[in-house]
Amino acid sequence: MRRYFGRKLLTYGFTFFIAATIDWLIPRLMPGDPVASLIARSGINNQDPAAAAEVVKYYNNLFGLDHPMWQQYINFWTSLLQGDLGRSVFGHGRPVTDSIMSAVPYTLALLLPAILLSYWLGNSFGAIAARRKWLDNSILPVGYVLTSTPYMWLGLMVAFILGINLRWFPIAGGYGFNLEPAFTWLFISDLIGHWFMPFFSLFLVMFGGWAIGMRNMIIYELESDYSRYLEALGAPQRLIRKYAFRNAMLPQITGLALQLGVIVAGALVTEIVFSYPGVGQLVFNAIKSEDYFLLQGIFLFIIVGVLVANFLVDIVYVIVDPRTRVAMSGGKA
Amino acid sequence: MSSSTQADTKSVPVQSADGPTPVARKPRGEFIFFALRSKKFIFSVSLLSFLVLLAIVGPLIDGTDPLAQNLTVNTPPSIDPGYWFGTTTFGEDVFAQFVNGLRATFFVGLLGGGLAAVIGMGIGFAAGYKGGWVDEVLNMVTNVFLVIPTLAVLIVISSYLQQRGVLFEAIFVGLTAWPWAARAIRAQTFSLRSRDFIDLARLSGRRGLKIIVLEIAPNMSSYLMLTFILLFGNAILIAASLDFIGLGPTGGMSLGLMMFNSVTWAALLLGIWWWFIPPGIGIMATVGALYVMNVGLDEIFNPKLREL
Repeated sequence: MRRYFGRKLLTYGFTFFIAATIDWLIPRLMPGDPVASLIARSGINNQDPAAAAEVVKYYNNLFGLDHPMWQQYINFWTSLLQGDLGRSVFGHGRPVTDSIMSAVPYTLALLLPAILLSYWLGNSFGAIAARRKWLDNSILPVGYVLTSTPYMWLGLMVAFILGINLRWFPIAGGYGFNLEPAFTWLFISDLIGHWFMPFFSLFLVMFGGWAIGMRNMIIYELESDYSRYLEALGAPQRLIRKYAFRNAMLPQITGLALQLGVIVAGALVTEIVFSYPGVGQLVFNAIKSEDYFLLQGIFLFIIVGVLVANFLVDIVYVIVDPRTRVAMSGGKA
Repeated sequence: MSSSTQADTKSVPVQSADGPTPVARKPRGEFIFFALRSKKFIFSVSLLSFLVLLAIVGPLIDGTDPLAQNLTVNTPPSIDPGYWFGTTTFGEDVFAQFVNGLRATFFVGLLGGGLAAVIGMGIGFAAGYKGGWVDEVLNMVTNVFLVIPTLAVLIVISSYLQQRGVLFEAIFVGLTAWPWAARAIRAQTFSLRSRDFIDLARLSGRRGLKIIVLEIAPNMSSYLMLTFILLFGNAILIAASLDFIGLGPTGGMSLGLMMFNSVTWAALLLGIWWWFIPPGIGIMATVGALYVMNVGLDEIFNPKLREL
């Protein structure tokens, strides 16, 4: 058990190392000098070359670009390990970590319920669809439509129908502009009202994917030898279905781990549609104001989040599949 | 999107289960027979052909510059000649944007998905066939890229580029979308590697590359085809998200960029639905048709899944 998780942790640690290095390398590999383009946009260059040179020196010093490469790399890691991701231009010099931390609760509040609920309902519906023809004929096309819809467009549709036409929910922000965060009924109900549509549109896209995946896996399992054998022995259909469901569940758990990156990306664009004050909105603002420190900080933060989630899925897998435990304690499955 | 996970996890090789049947001897008529009977296949192929035709012919017939601004702003769609899909807040022709965007979408899907398929095949074949330390190293690389969220990497890269073209977008998407394909192909190659006909080929002194190209690849050709279709669809969705965040092609047009513009200029609040509905339907129809085609082809190739 310890060896298995040790190996996993090693892989994740290595992944983080690579990701952080990529994060550090990208600005330095890109064509053109970021400082030069910053100056060019401000237009100092044309008027006064001496002032421009001074500003270049200032910025090189500020971003630590006047050190040799290897030292920049070491500095990057020392400040990273201290939790310092630099300062955000968009947030008027606010530490990047602070900006991210104030956005994360909103993103998690969307992601966790949407993932868990869609996973549960999608798998249940998929499993039921696999055994009833009429349900199969209705759920399958709906599932395909949902899973091939871009997250942001489904968000736009939900906002257009529920928000603009029916006026059931407010379409922008995390809470009403006239409210202050407080622990009151008014504020909490407002918070939930703003939360519902982004949550719902995320849920819908994911639901389609899980339902189709489960439906296909169940049909596949029901064709396999052990199901046929049980059937030949005269086992009740319910028992066979139960075994098929359990076996089909395993690839779905692996699927969840593989999908995490896509799901996070979906949450980012959904937040942008609803101007929901989470990490996605932060990315959007950072791009608009060319706030590279903030972008790179968010990138590292998303990587860490996805790695932690992957590790959690690994633990769940070990709990659900007894064979991994047997293999870990030295037996052969 | 989670169809990709199905392809990854459903790792029982259909072709190889039949044993070493050389592909060339397989009756080709059988494929056409089942293809013409599959409603899913016929539906998806017709829909895709229609969209491809629209993407190719549309810009030629219409000829309007998708970025040309006119005085007739916010016109709703009408059948009268002029603006079929209406105009934007800047008087741009939505139909012209749509057909040009569709073109970019297919381009990104084909090139990005194709590139990802080539990389995935290269790494998957090498890891699965060679085994040993080659497998260990390639597996490590694949696992690293598998957990890194693609879009996050693309956001950081694209944000540093001042000029962005559709070609670059396709290449970047292709360079990051391959990991699950590599993993799936590796598993397939691994299960084929120890079969008798591969051993025979090896005994006859054939080189590794030739064995992969002539013996292994043809025996999982249907699987490779399905992988490519899924990568095609995924590349389109990734590119659309990138465009929507505001990192789309500069000076060009794409369906994701249309959605980005419509949201930026508050089309939702102003009720200009004809601005943001067509691009979404375009992407949904394309990706949906690809996914349905994937299932249809799976049923055609796999005798166990055929509906008789």
